[in-house]
Amino acid sequence: MKALSPQIQEIIAQIREVAEEFGLDFFETIFEPVDYKQMNEIASYGGFPTRYPHWRFGMEYEQLSKSYEYGLSKIYEMVINNDPAYAYLLEGNNLVDQKTVIAHVYAHVDFFKNNYYFSKTNRRMVDEMANHGARIRRYVDRQGIEAVENFIDTCLSIDNLIDYYSPFIERRGEAVDPEELRQREVPKFQAKDYMDEFINPQSFIDQQKERMAQEAEEARHFPQRPERDVMLFLLEHAPLEGWEADILSIMREEAYYFAPQGQTKIMNEGWASYWHSKILTTRILDDSEIIDFADINSRVMSSAPGQLNPYKLGVALFRDIEERWNKGKFGKEWEEVDDLERRDSWDKELGLGREQIFRVRKLYNDVTFIDEFLTEEFASQSNMFTYGYNRKSGHWEIESREFEEIKSRLLDSLTNFGQPFIYVRDGNFRNRRELLLHHKFEGTELRADYAHEVLESIYRIWKRPVSLETMREEKGLLMSYDGVEHKEQNIPYERLGV
Amino acid sequence: MTELNKIKQDHRRFKQIVRGKIKRNLRKYMSQGEITGRQGKDIVKVPLPRIDIPRFRFSQKQQGGVGQGEGQPGDSLGQGEESPGQAGPAGNQEGEHGVEVDVSLEELAEIMGEELELPHIEPKGVKRLETVKDKYSGIRTTGPESLRHFKRTYKAALQRMIASGEYDPDNPIIVPTKEDMRYRSWKQTSLPESNALILYMMDVSGSMGDEQKEIVRIESFWIDTWLRSQYEGIESRYIIHDATAKEVDRDTFFRTRESGGTMISSAYKLALQILEEEYAVDEWNVYLFHFSDGDNWSVDDTGDCMKLMRDGLLPKANLFCYGQVESPYGSGQFIKDINEHFSGHERVIVSEIKNRDGIYDSIKEFLGRGL
Repeated sequence: MKALSPQIQEIIAQIREVAEEFGLDFFETIFEPVDYKQMNEIASYGGFPTRYPHWRFGMEYEQLSKSYEYGLSKIYEMVINNDPAYAYLLEGNNLVDQKTVIAHVYAHVDFFKNNYYFSKTNRRMVDEMANHGARIRRYVDRQGIEAVENFIDTCLSIDNLIDYYSPFIERRGEAVDPEELRQREVPKFQAKDYMDEFINPQSFIDQQKERMAQEAEEARHFPQRPERDVMLFLLEHAPLEGWEADILSIMREEAYYFAPQGQTKIMNEGWASYWHSKILTTRILDDSEIIDFADINSRVMSSAPGQLNPYKLGVALFRDIEERWNKGKFGKEWEEVDDLERRDSWDKELGLGREQIFRVRKLYNDVTFIDEFLTEEFASQSNMFTYGYNRKSGHWEIESREFEEIKSRLLDSLTNFGQPFIYVRDGNFRNRRELLLHHKFEGTELRADYAHEVLESIYRIWKRPVSLETMREEKGLLMSYDGVEHKEQNIPYERLGV
Repeated sequence: MTELNKIKQDHRRFKQIVRGKIKRNLRKYMSQGEITGRQGKDIVKVPLPRIDIPRFRFSQKQQGGVGQGEGQPGDSLGQGEESPGQAGPAGNQEGEHGVEVDVSLEELAEIMGEELELPHIEPKGVKRLETVKDKYSGIRTTGPESLRHFKRTYKAALQRMIASGEYDPDNPIIVPTKEDMRYRSWKQTSLPESNALILYMMDVSGSMGDEQKEIVRIESFWIDTWLRSQYEGIESRYIIHDATAKEVDRDTFFRTRESGGTMISSAYKLALQILEEEYAVDEWNVYLFHFSDGDNWSVDDTGDCMKLMRDGLLPKANLFCYGQVESPYGSGQFIKDINEHFSGHERVIVSEIKNRDGIYDSIKEFLGRGL
C-alpha cells in the first residue's frame, strides 16, 4: 500500500479540523491513495475489494475502464460506510480536486454516522464482506464456479425484494407449525366421569375443535400475513441446500447493507456537496484556487437537459431549508402570507438554518425529505417538470410544470426506489406448495420480460411452480412459471390490505 | 485493505460468459446482421441486451419521471428506448442496462469455428511470401542505456567476479564493469505468409431485392471473418453482373441494383480474367463465391458457365461456392444445373439460402469442408 504524501496528510488534517468546527461528527476516516485502475477495480466491487467473486464485477470493471479510457467519466471519490470509514483518493488529481474530495468524504461519513436510516447498518462491513468472500470462495471450491455463480445470479434477481423498513420494525412473531396445531387436544377441566358431560359440555368441545381445525387450516396458508421480505421467506421455507441457504442469506445481508444508500441518495450527495462547498470556499481555498474549484463544482452539479442530478437537487434543497429557517419562512404564519412582495422580503432573522439542516440530515430519508421540503417556489425556481413517453411520436416529452404533479411523480419514483412492491401471499398456493406472489399495483405495470425471468429465478429456489398476481391493461393477471413454460391468465385482482 | 488484481479473475469470467452468450445466440446474431453493422477495424461491438440481472421493475414507458430545464409541456426531450434520466436514486442497483461488448474479430471467428464446427484450413501452395518482423529477443554487449538488461548484466558481473576470485560471500557487493554490460537487442524473424483472395460475385438484376442483398452482405461478413482467421493476408474483390459484368468496390457491390437480363457467364469470364492476370496459382488461395437467385438468361449461357468453371475457375480455386438466395421471382434453375454437372465435386459447394435464418447453415455448408 502506498502512503499518502505529507502534503495530502496535512490537507486532510486541516480539513478535518474545519469540518469538526462546523459540527460535523464522523467516524475515523482512513484515506488511501489509488491509481485509476485500482479506483475502477474498487468501484467495481461497490467499494469492497475483498468481495466475493462474481462476473458482474468484471462487467462493471469493463464498463468503468472503457468509460475512463474514452474520457467519458472518472471516479473522483469512493467512500465506505464502516467504522473506521475508508475513502480512496485518486492519485494524480490536482490539489483542489483532492481538497474537494476530502471535504466531501468527511460529510458523507458524518451522514453515515448520524442519519437514522444508517443506524442499523453493520459498521464492520469491511470485515463482514471479506468473510462473505471467504465463504463463497469455499463454496466455489466445492461446487464449482458455474453452480455458485448461477445461484448468486438467482439471488440477485430478487435482492430488491426485501423489507426496507424491517430493520426498524418488529413485524411478526414466530411462524406456527400447522402439524402441531392439528395435534393439539382441546383442554378439558378435570371431572369425574358422571360430571364430565356438565363440566365439559360436548357442544363447547366441538366448538373448540372447530376453532382449532380452522386455525390449523389457516396456518397451512403461510405466511399468515403478506410477507414483504421475499428473500427471508424463501430462506425460511424454500428447500435449499446448506450452501445455497448461506449464499441467499449473504445476498440478503448485503442488500440490507446497501439499502440506506439508495434511500438517501439525494440527501447524502446533497449534504456532502453542501459541505465541500462551505468548507472549501470559506476556510480552505486561497484566491488562486477558486477558479479550479468552480470548475470541479460545476461539473459535479451539471445535468443534461431533462435530467435531475441528485447532487444538485440535494444541495439546493439543503440551502433552501437553511435560508428558510434562517429567515423564518416556515410555519403557520408564513404559510398564510399571500402577498408576493412580502414573501420575498420576509426575514424574521431567526438564524435557525444551520440547526435545522443538521436535524434534517439526522431524521429524514429522500422520500420524507422531498415530501416535506420541496416547495412550490423551489420547484419553479429550479425549472422542474414531469416528463413521459408519447407513444404516438415516439419521443419523451415534457408533460407538466404543475407543482403537485412534479412532487407526486418525484415521490413515486423514490418510494421503494421506484420499484414495484412485491409480497409473498401464499406458500401453499392451490394447496400444492406452489408459491403465490402479489404485486401491489399502484398504476404502473410490470415489465413483462423481466418479470418472467424473475419468476424463473424464484422457481429455481422454490422448486415448485411460482405465480404472480398483477394488473395489465386494467385487468387482473396471473403470471405463472411451472419450470417448463410461462402461462398467463386473467384473474380478478384483489387488493391486499398491506 | 486493498487487495489487487482480483478483478482479473472476474473480468475473465465475464468475458467467458459473454463468449458463451454469443455462442448460444450465434444463429440469431448471424441472421439479424446486428453485428455486421457495428464493425470497427479489428473489433466488433456485440450488443448483449440481457446480460444484466433481471429484477421486477416497472415498464419504463408507463412511468416517466421528473427533470429540470427549459421547455414547454409537449416539448420533446429525445427519442428512444431509455428514459432521459431517472430521478430514482439507485445506489444499490447495479448494471440494469444493456451491455455492448467489444469482441475481436479473431475471437469472433474462433467462436464461429467452434459453434459451426468448422475445420481449420490447410493453405495450399508454396508459402513464398514472407514478412519480416523485429522482435526484442536478443542480447548484445553494446547498446543504449535505455535497453540495458539489468539481470543479465548482474549475472555476467557475478560470473566474472566468482571466476576471478573477487567475490566475497560475506560482503556480496557486485560491481559490473563495462564488459559485463548486457543490452537487449532485436532479432529479425521471417514469417512465411499465405495469402488468400476472396472473390465475390453477385447477380444484381431486378429480382435480387434489398432483402436478398442484405442476406449476401451478412453472409459475406461471416465468410470474411472466418477466412481472415485462417490466413495472414486476405484480399477481397467484388464483381456484379446482370447481362454484363464489372468489378466494383464493396460499397457499390451491396448497393447496386440493375434491371434487365442476367448472363452469369459474364461474371465468370471476368473472374477468370482477374485470376489469370493478377493471382498466380501457386501463391494464392482462391475462394470464389457467387450469389444469385438462380435465374439465368439462357440454357446456352448456363452451358458456358459450366465450361468456364470446369476448365478455367476450378483448377485455380480452393473452393467455388454458389449461394442461391430465394427470391419471389427467380425460378431457381441454376443450382440444379450446377448440381447436375458438379455433384460430388470436392471443391464445388452449393447452398440454398431461403431467408436470414438460412445464413447459419449456409456458412456451415460452405466452410465446413476446410478447404
